[in-house]
Amino acid sequence: MTGNILEAKGITKYFHDPVTFQVLKNISFAIKGGEFVSITGKSGCGKSTLLYILSTMDTDYEGELLIDRVSMKGRKEAELAKVRNVKIGFVFQFHYLLNEFTVLRNVMLPALKMAAKSPEEIEHQAHEKLKILGIESEALKSPNKLSGGQKQRVAIARALINDPIIIMGDEPTGNLDKKNSENVYQIFKELAQAYHQSLLIVTHDAEFAARTDRIIEMEDGAILNN
Amino acid sequence: MKFGLIFSVAKSLLLARWKQTLVAAIGVTFSIAMFISLLSFMTGLNDLLDGLIMNRTPHILLYKEIQPSKQQPVELDFRYKDYHNFVSSVKPKNERLDIRNNRAIIDVLEKDKRVLGIAPKITTQVFFNVGVINLNGVINGIDVISENELFLFDDYVVAGNYQDLNNIPNSIILGKGAAEKMLAQIGDVVQVTAVTGQQVQLKVVGFFQSGLLEFDNVQSYASISTTQKLLSESNNYVTGIQIKLNDVEQALPVAREYEQLFGINALDIQTANAQFETGSFVRTLISYAVGITLLVVAGFGIYNILNMMIYEKMDSIAILKATGFSGRDVKNIFITIALCIGIFGGLLGLVFGYTLSSIIDQIPFITAALPTVTTYPINYNPNFYIIGGVFSIITTYLAGYFPSKKASKVDPVVIIRGK
Repeated sequence: MTGNILEAKGITKYFHDPVTFQVLKNISFAIKGGEFVSITGKSGCGKSTLLYILSTMDTDYEGELLIDRVSMKGRKEAELAKVRNVKIGFVFQFHYLLNEFTVLRNVMLPALKMAAKSPEEIEHQAHEKLKILGIESEALKSPNKLSGGQKQRVAIARALINDPIIIMGDEPTGNLDKKNSENVYQIFKELAQAYHQSLLIVTHDAEFAARTDRIIEMEDGAILNN
Repeated sequence: MKFGLIFSVAKSLLLARWKQTLVAAIGVTFSIAMFISLLSFMTGLNDLLDGLIMNRTPHILLYKEIQPSKQQPVELDFRYKDYHNFVSSVKPKNERLDIRNNRAIIDVLEKDKRVLGIAPKITTQVFFNVGVINLNGVINGIDVISENELFLFDDYVVAGNYQDLNNIPNSIILGKGAAEKMLAQIGDVVQVTAVTGQQVQLKVVGFFQSGLLEFDNVQSYASISTTQKLLSESNNYVTGIQIKLNDVEQALPVAREYEQLFGINALDIQTANAQFETGSFVRTLISYAVGITLLVVAGFGIYNILNMMIYEKMDSIAILKATGFSGRDVKNIFITIALCIGIFGGLLGLVFGYTLSSIIDQIPFITAALPTVTTYPINYNPNFYIIGGVFSIITTYLAGYFPSKKASKVDPVVIIRGK
């Protein structure tokens, strides 16, 4: 993949409650296909807010956002949901797996929603993703029977299921111990190198950030250095 | 495929909270069951009470009324045509009570497709001579076969065989009340004085009980030919023609039409028994109101449970939305949950409602006034089941709609950041 898969042009955002406050100040940058990028900065600097705008979940901003060279401005809620479904994979600080479903079904859900393939194909694919992450043996368990590190790996498998053009992570290692954080980093690294998966990870873990291809450092709602 | 996914997500959310779901479904089941049994019982009772009168009342009665002539001779005279004529002390004409040319009228009626059946009738006042006193009575001369076909005559004959009216000459079926006064038994002979002064002896072949005391004290039945003999009239003497229509609602316009066509009086059932119609209508209305109230209460139960479920499953909703489910999908998931509760609870309710009605149908209900009734009356009208089913779905849909809308508006950013 070449070219800019994600481009932010002068993104500005205000919080209005309790007082009007500018969280993001004219942020512009671009991410190329296959890049492993991290956004760092102190807590409260607006990095998560930026991620939610980039992920299309937050639509209340000024400026322009292009995903896959298509502007996201003024799109309907259902269209944005489709963009998230097809083009973006998410990994959050908390795993957000549905305990009502098995691990396998959790991974399958976004693909079932996309409905581009038959359920059998999707199941096969989900097994493959779990295999990449080394947790294939847990496929039929309920998520609440898994350890924290395993859950996060399931969440990554779920992010991968639709072969998104970019994976976004909001403090994906924030809830994990040293060993599991390292694990997750290794997974991301492998995805970036072996599969040329683009990744955009928000983290305040300097050690984690330092090992990524590119660091975007933020302070007080602006990019400090890129 | 799309619906399959939404359904499977809905199902797993349902099963995760199956106890609450069950309680909600039981609420619907209970209200539908009550709705069905209440309406079945109430309309059964209505039909029974109305039947007391309505079954025995023709949809249209053709008869001749003794009334003063509408046109006085002076008005027919061309010399006084332009005058205001005052005629005082006008008296009814001396007219025969029978319907003239009734054979021709019956022929016309028999060809009319709106008419279900016809039963000619003679009504006449009589005295029953019992020892030294005379009891007032009315004898209805009936065409036994068609009377039974149209007005279920047999149901009201509590002793003896109604067909004996045809088989035994000069026979009579006495009203139960009249028979008790006369101490008459079946096989006894009673003496009757007709309005013409003629005395005839009639053999008692049965007793009649309609359930209306006033009616049973006075009315008795004989065959048409016996009554004609009693009145010394020819065999084409008939004072009334009772008509049953295929559609009762047509009674009024058809009655007006016959009045014009045959030049006699025609009384339709709605005019004759307006109060019954009103009574049944109000009773049915009350049953519907109670049933629908029960359903609305059940709807609030579903509303509560869905609301709770949405608060509990906020995280799941957020992640579904983050991974590409649109607000509409989320809304459909929760509406599916509500509809599942409604359909499942509603179906069970229909079954329980039917069972409950069947049980009520078995409870003995014996009253002297209603000889044909042995258990509580139930009306198994399929319409109640259709209305109940449709209503359970509509209420649960509405109960699910507002919580679902709330769920669809959940902002994933707020939930995910909140952690």
